[in-house]
Amino acid sequence: MLRWLAILVALAMPASAEEVVLGMSQDKVAITANFDGSEILIFGAVKREEAIPEGDPLQVIVAIQGPSEPITVRRKEKRFGIWVNTQSVDVDAAPSFYAVATSAPFDEVLGSTEDLRYKISIPSAIRSVGAPMTVQDSQSFTDAVIRVRKANSLFQLNEGSVEFSQDTLFKTSIAMPANLTEGAYRTRIYLTRSGVVVSEYETEIDVRKVGLERWLYTLSRQQPLIYGLLSLAIAIFSGWAASAIFTGLRRG
Amino acid sequence: MQIYLPIAEVSVNAFLLLGLGGIVGILSGMFGVGGGFLMTPLLFFIGIPPAVAVATEANQIVASSFSGVLAHVKRKSVDFRMGTVLLIGGLVGAALGVLVFNYLKSMGQVDLLVKLCYVLFLGIIGALMFVESLNAIRRSKKPGSAPKRKQRGWIHALPFKMRFRTSGLYISVIPPLIVGVCVGILAAIMGVGGGFIMVPAMIYLLGMPTKVVVGTSLFQIIFVTAFTTLLHATTNFTVDMVLAVLLLVGGVFGAQIGTRIGTKLKAEQLRILLAIMVLTVCGKLAFDLLVMPSELYSLGATGGH
Repeated sequence: MLRWLAILVALAMPASAEEVVLGMSQDKVAITANFDGSEILIFGAVKREEAIPEGDPLQVIVAIQGPSEPITVRRKEKRFGIWVNTQSVDVDAAPSFYAVATSAPFDEVLGSTEDLRYKISIPSAIRSVGAPMTVQDSQSFTDAVIRVRKANSLFQLNEGSVEFSQDTLFKTSIAMPANLTEGAYRTRIYLTRSGVVVSEYETEIDVRKVGLERWLYTLSRQQPLIYGLLSLAIAIFSGWAASAIFTGLRRG
Repeated sequence: MQIYLPIAEVSVNAFLLLGLGGIVGILSGMFGVGGGFLMTPLLFFIGIPPAVAVATEANQIVASSFSGVLAHVKRKSVDFRMGTVLLIGGLVGAALGVLVFNYLKSMGQVDLLVKLCYVLFLGIIGALMFVESLNAIRRSKKPGSAPKRKQRGWIHALPFKMRFRTSGLYISVIPPLIVGVCVGILAAIMGVGGGFIMVPAMIYLLGMPTKVVVGTSLFQIIFVTAFTTLLHATTNFTVDMVLAVLLLVGGVFGAQIGTRIGTKLKAEQLRILLAIMVLTVCGKLAFDLLVMPSELYSLGATGGH
């Protein structure tokens, strides 16, 4: 029975001549007390049933996307001589981290209709529905999200950083900065030819605070009162200890 | 060595934080101030989110004031009665301050408010201190003109009088209550103990003897900042324990070293140095507000959850 089902599934799938076989240096990122960013090595191979097709060369896109969250973008304007936040636009969902690596310039690797369909480029990964009527240039707010996050290495477009050898083996490394948000990081690999996606593969990288960091963070959210009291207890104890140590030193 | 702060969610150099704690500790030991008004802006400069800096600094002040008040209790230079009255005002003020803070946070104006408060208060206190210590130096050069004793004014005409034995005062509870409320609001908004406001207010406004002023203000500050820490921890989740501990360790040792250095310098020279430093921090903050920022847009979590 199972075998029949498997054959049926195989028949139902689109016949893809080229498929991705993926390897990763790590599928978990642990945010420890001395976490200072992380480099993730992504490598893989293209599996083929037949000879390499004629035409444009095969290209590879790797995209890693952190959890999306709504954010408020505020713009400063000069009021009474000082710079004050005035207008704001809520962006419905923007990934906290987004890195795209390609094996050639982005425009050559992926056509614009394919980008709309698969949402791969950085601007297409941000979803913004309604800006208030008072704001005319809501696009500049979305641009600001990209600019600010690029400046913090949270958004990266690394064109040509995927090494692709003999149309078969590919590898790239993606640097993740220290200020990461926790969650499942969606990792997508696309094979394209002439700007059209021929195969895709998806997996996840788990980014998580561990150990003390995890414990403190959870405590501060779930038991804020206990967390606050604990902070105070530490403060009072160290205040007492400092006083005691130094009176001891003065006497001794 | 980089260390990741779990609540601030940034990675900073641990030695930088220890060093900052140490330097501010030395200064606070030298000048007899809490140091919160210097530490919080310094935390802004190294990239700690202002909301976290303010809440965490309140936690650190609990430690340094507790350490300080123990010495004063031994010397019997704490007016517990006056401290309690100030404290009642302080708790009300802290609650108001956190309310204002949370309201402005949802409006996206909290950074501006905190920075404006700093520019305003650092500017006023720094300028007053600078002028006052210049005068003191000038006075010490031509002896004979002793400072005049202040006259008793409207403060003594107010009702609800109470006897404060340690301070040797018989005054209305209203002025200390108001001072307490103001300091409480400042503590919550600025992440400071408020000693640099309260000490002058106690001497000049309430007419308390100088020897009990520092101890009493420390006593009050412990409870107000402890309350502020709890409020921030339970409503904003912005107290970063790792950051607080690193600052504490540096600060506690710095304070003891600072006290030694302080005894070797003249009081007027010390005050003028402190005034210059306060004005420098104020100038830097004001400059940032006045000059067009390189990035006009800022991102924040969407509020209202």
